[in-house]
Amino acid sequence: MTRFAFARFLQSYAVLIMIGILMVALTIMSDSFLSAQNLLNILNQNAPVAIMASAMTLVIIAGGFDLSVGSIFAMGAVVSAWVALNLDPVLGLLLAPLVGLLLGMVNGLVITTLNVHSFLATIATSLIFKGIAVVLSDGRLIAVRMDSFTWLGREKLGGVFVSIWVMLAFALILTLVLTRSALGRQILAVGGNPEAAILSGIRANRVKVMTFAAAGFAAGLAASIATSRVSMGQASAGAGLELEAIAAVILGGTSIYGGVGAIWRSIAGVMLLALINNGFNIVNVDPFYRDLTTGLIILAAIGISAAGKRSH
Amino acid sequence: MTEQPAIQARGLGVSFGGISVLRNIDLDISPGEIHGLVGENGAGKSTLGKVLGGYYAATAGELQVFGQPATPWNPRAALARGVALMHQELQLVPELTVAQNVFLGIEDKTFGILHGSESDRLTALMASSGYTLDPRAVVSSLSIADRQKIEILRALARNARVIVMDEPTSSLAKDEVNQLHRIMRSLRDAGRSVVYVSHFLDDVLSVSDRITVLRDGDLVFTRPAQGLTKGDMVAAMLGGDKSQTPFPQKRFSTDPALALEVEGLTSPNGARDVSLSIRRGEIVGLIGLVGSGRTEIARAIVGADPSSGIVRLDGQDHARRSPFESTARGLVMVPEDRRKQGLVMTLPVRPNVTLPHLRHFASRGWMRRARETRTVRRMIDHFGVRPATTEGDISHFSGGNQQKVLIGKWLAGNPKVVILDEPSRGVDVGARQRIHEAIAELAAAGTAVLVISSEIDEVLGLAHRAYLVDRGRIVQEIDPDRTDEAAVLGALFRHQSGAPPESEATTSP
Repeated sequence: MTRFAFARFLQSYAVLIMIGILMVALTIMSDSFLSAQNLLNILNQNAPVAIMASAMTLVIIAGGFDLSVGSIFAMGAVVSAWVALNLDPVLGLLLAPLVGLLLGMVNGLVITTLNVHSFLATIATSLIFKGIAVVLSDGRLIAVRMDSFTWLGREKLGGVFVSIWVMLAFALILTLVLTRSALGRQILAVGGNPEAAILSGIRANRVKVMTFAAAGFAAGLAASIATSRVSMGQASAGAGLELEAIAAVILGGTSIYGGVGAIWRSIAGVMLLALINNGFNIVNVDPFYRDLTTGLIILAAIGISAAGKRSH
Repeated sequence: MTEQPAIQARGLGVSFGGISVLRNIDLDISPGEIHGLVGENGAGKSTLGKVLGGYYAATAGELQVFGQPATPWNPRAALARGVALMHQELQLVPELTVAQNVFLGIEDKTFGILHGSESDRLTALMASSGYTLDPRAVVSSLSIADRQKIEILRALARNARVIVMDEPTSSLAKDEVNQLHRIMRSLRDAGRSVVYVSHFLDDVLSVSDRITVLRDGDLVFTRPAQGLTKGDMVAAMLGGDKSQTPFPQKRFSTDPALALEVEGLTSPNGARDVSLSIRRGEIVGLIGLVGSGRTEIARAIVGADPSSGIVRLDGQDHARRSPFESTARGLVMVPEDRRKQGLVMTLPVRPNVTLPHLRHFASRGWMRRARETRTVRRMIDHFGVRPATTEGDISHFSGGNQQKVLIGKWLAGNPKVVILDEPSRGVDVGARQRIHEAIAELAAAGTAVLVISSEIDEVLGLAHRAYLVDRGRIVQEIDPDRTDEAAVLGALFRHQSGAPPESEATTSP
């Protein structure tokens, strides 16, 4: 039992321990690492994926999986850029999260009405969303060089990038929802034991749709920030982001079996992946080792997650 | 019994993470005996069974199997030495056939290519042991009783000489229990040993040669079953001279208002034209053999399964039936399987208890933690849940305390109609008594209660009225105070063996 308690402890805090070790190692290896400038840059660069990982945490806690957020991101990028260019820049930034919300709800409704596993459903919707994005953009880059569009990704507020404030606010809201709201309680219950939740009078399908809607909204919001930063939108944006977000959630120790998890740990997971990247850039090692190392670390996280599951 | 014992334990002890579960156990299992192992939940009887079967390692003392020390000791080694464990939850592959399951892992093969001879081998094995099963039937299509036969055949196919059965009768109907007992006797007569772990004292007493009673991890005594009474065993289990718990006094309601009316309820999952009614403050029982559709009727009433027919709550039509709607209107069901259907093991006690009543503990969607804690605290004190903590990890609670939390969870919302499916399954004597008191208190406060139980005496002891159920239909209404267990069982078997009860399905209103 002490071994299981240890496994649970690892599941909760391994990510912080690894971040600590990496920070110390990188500080020793490079003079330029430990500076406010570098750390803020890392946070800024990873704000979009951190936002997506935060919402993905809710999906995974509720027992689901969303492989379509990369494509929703692409839709968000195309929509925000097109609307900014043709209608209004601020409207473009606002519309992307709403389009994401809508697509996320579509995901949730497909999964609950067809009663299929979210893994399969979102592979399909991912292709559909991506296809729509390609058609909408006609496969072209949409460049938006307007300050009223690029401020979200580039400006600072109180010395800190706006994107970091947005990420922190979003993560805080989701944390409050998960830990303090009735909806959060329902998400934890539906993921922990769907049958018991349904028999307790919880509309499990509705709860699942909400989590996918949150994931879609987050992908749209992330797309707004990223598109604003690079001042252009295209349908190929966001490729692979869904896997990065899922990897971060799992690294953070949220159980892939549902019912257990926390938002802050997923953000920590994103930062761990970011530090590995940053570290390899700083010490200038063959990028091959970067993927190898990331893969091994994710594998270890999955192993710890499975050990935690067995302790039940 | 001068011959060498099949299994000999001396000073055996088991502890998990520093907590001692079994202490200083001296036990002999002779060849050709049925050895009963009884005790309250948590007394260590299942643990002892699992040590014999190699699933747990003893942390102290010594274990000998047919005169040889049991080292190394794991399920594979145990099986190789002739000791097989039959789990409470059967370990079969549902999609494979009977024969494939029996010979799983010991198939005839050449270079990994199966000969496909399992069915023929099984036919031979069954001929020598007197079983009849279709070797080609897929396991998922069989009853639990048949699946147990497969487990036994599996043990026989591996030449097991000692078979440990852990609570084999917990999901069997009475006739199936008798059948299992016949099988046990034939195993014994063939010189094999059966270790019978069970909390059904009558069953153990009727079939065992010797009985060992455990209490809190200590062995109280091992005695020949002959001359032993149920009272002796209960006294030994409880450590005092307490008798089997009495049922709480029935208090008849004078309120004529019907809380629940059901008319012509039919569901694809098993309810057939069910009509029943419960008055406020009344406890009504639903009695049937295993598989009679009792649970399915309950699920149809609360809307867990779709159904046609009429359900009325306090005279109001309850048409759009779903667990959500039913819970909101005060019609709740405490499901039979607390692990699979009842509790969310990943959450502590507090959120489990408030789960069906989130609306009452939230304002504008945000949870009111203090209000929650107060309610859960009250529930814990009321039911005597141990450990008495609102944030306790429920997955580590004993079965009895989990069951108290499960029932408390539903009562926290002051429901109008409560359906309890197997309210005291797999709980110890103390928890059972507390649960029965709670049911009586509930009815006394004006709640309508429907009790479903495979323990007929439980329903008779609690209910004011009871319905007999057969194949999804209500076939008879009885007065629990004017009948006894044997008469009810007789009636059930009569209905079961009769033609599909069309015309006799009339119930007095």
